Amino acid sequence: MFGADNLAAILLTVKLASVVTVLLLLIGTPIAWWLANTRSWLKPPVEAIVSLPIVLPPSVLGFYLLVSMGPNGPIGHFTQALGLGTLPFTFAGLVVASVFYSMPFVVQPIQNAFAAINPGLLEAAATLRARPWDRFVTVALPLARPGFVTAAVLGFAHTVGEFGVVLMVGGNIPGQTRVVSVQIYDHVEALEYAQAHELAIVLMGFSFVTLLLLYAFNRRVARIGP
Amino acid sequence: MTALAARFQHGYPGFSLDVDVRLPLRGVTALFGPSGSGKSTLLRLIAGLEKAGDGHLALGEAVWQDANNFVPTHARPLGYVFQDAWLFPHLDVQRNIEYGLRRIPPTSRRVSLEGIIDLLGIASLMQRMPDRLSGGERQRVAIARALAVSPSLLLMDEPLAALDQARKQEVLPYLERLHDALEIPVLYVSHAIDEVARLADHLLVLDAGRIVAQGSPAELMARVDLPLARGDEAGALIEATVAGHDDTYQLTDVAFPGGQMSLPRQAAGIGQQVRMRVLARDVSITLAAQTGTSIINILPATVTHIAEATPSQSLAGLDLGGTSILARITHKSVDALGLKPGLAVYAQIKGVAILK
Repeated sequence: MFGADNLAAILLTVKLASVVTVLLLLIGTPIAWWLANTRSWLKPPVEAIVSLPIVLPPSVLGFYLLVSMGPNGPIGHFTQALGLGTLPFTFAGLVVASVFYSMPFVVQPIQNAFAAINPGLLEAAATLRARPWDRFVTVALPLARPGFVTAAVLGFAHTVGEFGVVLMVGGNIPGQTRVVSVQIYDHVEALEYAQAHELAIVLMGFSFVTLLLLYAFNRRVARIGP
Repeated sequence: MTALAARFQHGYPGFSLDVDVRLPLRGVTALFGPSGSGKSTLLRLIAGLEKAGDGHLALGEAVWQDANNFVPTHARPLGYVFQDAWLFPHLDVQRNIEYGLRRIPPTSRRVSLEGIIDLLGIASLMQRMPDRLSGGERQRVAIARALAVSPSLLLMDEPLAALDQARKQEVLPYLERLHDALEIPVLYVSHAIDEVARLADHLLVLDAGRIVAQGSPAELMARVDLPLARGDEAGALIEATVAGHDDTYQLTDVAFPGGQMSLPRQAAGIGQQVRMRVLARDVSITLAAQTGTSIINILPATVTHIAEATPSQSLAGLDLGGTSILARITHKSVDALGLKPGLAVYAQIKGVAILK
């Protein structure tokens, strides 16, 4: 059905979005928990930083990521010191960039879900001998489940849909950094409208179905509770 | 017998708590006080859910808090029942009850789960989710969940306050059964005198963050100077013994130090203990024994105290010869009758409530 290059782009995109979603759930959960519970003055600045990708043009974010991951940037120094070379124009670079780019879409739903948990439930767990980590795993996580579903879906979908940051950081290397959105751009540049349409319709369908399922799920949760 | 020694000093916005108390842990100890008196805060401090800057807390030999140590809530051998139950909404009743049970070593399980389920009458609810329970059922499950950890001390923070009157009457008998069936000492926070009167063996009165009185419920409820005497529900508590039954008129005579009263026929047998409550508003005072009245309980008494209750009403403390009761009367009557401490009068008792 798809041409070899289109199929490669789709597989790469799915791989990227999957890796990024898993990483974001791991990184985003502690950040969301901290934001939902802290009274520190650091909360507003951290929230602002996490949310920056929502308002920044992807080119701005991509530009600074490119510079900092480059041979003279702080991330570049770090990766070089580890013997990993530099990240721009590699799959790993795309992953790092996407983690920043999709962070707010994962942190915010989880943070909201944590904030909605009444502290009384965690206090009750404490009086029933549950240690803090135990309370988190057996009470907070299950009650925040709808937030995690939303976070995972949005994180995945948003990563699939990114274009500007990928172009800035990853360039356009077939099989390595050429994701679907970039591939569509290439097809259009080359006036290959049929191939562009082939991918565009897939993204369109994917996005619609994803959001449809998400909203249906949220409606069900709102009706019957977690 | 273990005792709970608690000393806390802590300032909160709007009020400060300053408590130094040693509680005998036997039966139900009620912490009574008006809203904002600090009773719930004190309970939370005892549970370790809040931390006072300056505090010392020990249950028997075990120190839970001092200058250097703070045992976290999960490591204190207590059970806690919250006003709002706080059942875990994602677990059914069975798994709610087992939540704490699974977290204690089998060797410290002293209470049988079947016994608790039976005691609280929740066997038929085990597979239900919490949102399918009534308020009263939810609170019974919460009590079972707290008991399942075999606590050395059960803390109850206004467990009936969120329930309407009917639900409250549904849960109260279970609390009494608990008291009779289990050896676990209970600290029971409440601002409802009727609950305290029914359940408490020992009473602690808090006002504005200070403990203003401590003692037996009967003794403290008969005092005119405590917050207990402020509300419309003020009244004395009398422990009496059934002395005899009158089959003709279907009455039961009960005896107490200093007198005897007739009540509507009671099921209790002769010699059994009953706890009765005589509300201050149901007691009136006469200088001479009235004849030609429908009131059958008229007892000689001595005025012990007169205190102002409201702008128009006074509260009179009366001694029936070993038993104290309260009477609510108008200031006008105090003056008209010339009531003052030491005066011999007659107390006319219009109503008595049997608590158990």
